[in-house]
Amino acid sequence: MSDTDSNQFTSAQVRHLASLVRIELTDSEVEEFRGELASILSHIDALSEIDTSGVPPTHNGADLINVQDDDASIPAMQRNQVLANAPQREDEYFRVHAVLDQS
Amino acid sequence: MNAPSEPELLTITLAEGRQRLLAGEVTSGQLTRMFLDRIAATDDEVRAFVTVTAESALEQAAEADALLSRGDATAPLTGLPIGLKDVLMTRGVRTTAGSRMLDSLVPPYDATVVARLRDAGAISLGKLNMDEFAMGSSTEHSAWFPTANPWDHERVPGGSSGGSAAAVAARQCIASLGSDTGGSIRQPASFCGVVGLKPTYGRVSRYGLIAFASSLDQIGPFTSTVEDAALLLQAIAGPDPLDSTCYDEPVPDFSERLERGLDGLRVAAPQEFFGDGMDDDVASAVETALELLAANGALIDRTPSMPSVPMALPVYYILAPSECSANLARFDGVKYGYGARGGESMWADMEATRQHGFGREVKRRILLGAYALSAGYYDAYYLQAQKVRTLIRREFDRVFAEHDVIVAPTAPTVAFKQGEITDPYQMYLNDIFTIPANIAGLPAISVPGGFGHAGMPVGLQFVGQRLDETTLLGVANAYEQLTQWPTFPAGNVGST
Repeated sequence: MSDTDSNQFTSAQVRHLASLVRIELTDSEVEEFRGELASILSHIDALSEIDTSGVPPTHNGADLINVQDDDASIPAMQRNQVLANAPQREDEYFRVHAVLDQS
Repeated sequence: MNAPSEPELLTITLAEGRQRLLAGEVTSGQLTRMFLDRIAATDDEVRAFVTVTAESALEQAAEADALLSRGDATAPLTGLPIGLKDVLMTRGVRTTAGSRMLDSLVPPYDATVVARLRDAGAISLGKLNMDEFAMGSSTEHSAWFPTANPWDHERVPGGSSGGSAAAVAARQCIASLGSDTGGSIRQPASFCGVVGLKPTYGRVSRYGLIAFASSLDQIGPFTSTVEDAALLLQAIAGPDPLDSTCYDEPVPDFSERLERGLDGLRVAAPQEFFGDGMDDDVASAVETALELLAANGALIDRTPSMPSVPMALPVYYILAPSECSANLARFDGVKYGYGARGGESMWADMEATRQHGFGREVKRRILLGAYALSAGYYDAYYLQAQKVRTLIRREFDRVFAEHDVIVAPTAPTVAFKQGEITDPYQMYLNDIFTIPANIAGLPAISVPGGFGHAGMPVGLQFVGQRLDETTLLGVANAYEQLTQWPTFPAGNVGST
């Protein structure tokens, strides 16, 4: 499936991954992660050697499906409790940068 | 009768503490003050606690003593001081998960296990240090400070629940709770010479556990005896409407079969748990343990082979980072915790929040998870890992069709020195023997199994069948009774 060469990461690839998960990286972090991710993946690639044809995936630690709750209301937290940990709030709202272009 | 001396009380168990409190030989106030004093005297070096809640602990102790003096202390852990890993939400008490991201988080609710321990009467002394978001095997990845191993302060306590293990070994509390995603209870228990139990996935509610990898995470106890592990598990186990991944099964009496003994017990020692990567001192200690089990009636079977088990580590390092990259998406700098401001857009603020809020190891795993889940790689990595997970589960099922428990080393080495392991994958190898139980969702326990290099503790691991913690605890208790290894460094704790 993948040989060692395919595990080389370019700086652009690391930056692309970081943009997917919304983390800003410094140039030195990009360099370090480039090497470390490649090294970790080289150990993980043994997985590709395992024959899994016809084997279903396991999605969860338990074998439970479709657990349903009673349709009953339960007490919820007060708005002020929820907002108490917000980095920035205004009245009863979380305050953030404008998301939509105002033009 | 003489009043018990303080050194004697420092080594008290939950079971003994319960008896002494009921008999009026000691008060909860005395116990609580003694452990708070112990924390004050030792934590400059051990550094197990991120937050100590002395005031509320003493208030709770006074309430416990009132109940005890009225004869109303029916709750099984009334007045007994414990500690909580800082990944468990505690109402009104700062909860950081070892991350700058949650530097200032004061939760508005309790985790289910925290509420249950309070209902059981236990007194929380505070919050215990950990690798950031439970990612690590040494507690060196805490954003705050590293925790020291009480047996040798230059060595790590293991991780990620290093504070929980060190606090019990340093006798700063009687017992504690940790969480285990790939070994984060059992490996530090092994390194610190105490008992650590990861229950069956779904046995204990994860509501209020800050999520790392949701298909693997499970909460469990650190104690100095197996009997105490059964008592603590009893208090936290059972279905919870707030966690739909909990088994809706009745909770058995976990202490019921503690005295079952070893006679006729079918113990598998699969080859894959005894192969490469284990240091000689660990191999020798585990070999001695196997001989002792056999000499006392256990039927040790070394023939089972589990060829997919060596794949558990690669499977884990696909699944856990993938799940963490999704779980940690919630830390956006908007709703709670740290939030960078002053960027030119919402995205700039979010990206700066996550740059400064997360440490190196957490970023590395989020990136790895994003890669494994991304278009073009999903089938090769994530889906393939889920399929191999099925193969590993099937191999455990096959072994358990003919055996009661599996025995294995907990960790391949004794505790290493701080700063000794810098390569990420070398650090991941610490969990090579603990990860398989998480992959299969099985209960597993680490108990003290003797000593290795430099006089450091070695852990012996037993893995049980799904939801059969009772057998697991019985076997572990039988081994413990035969060995009685010390669970704290002699000379460090008073008269012993």
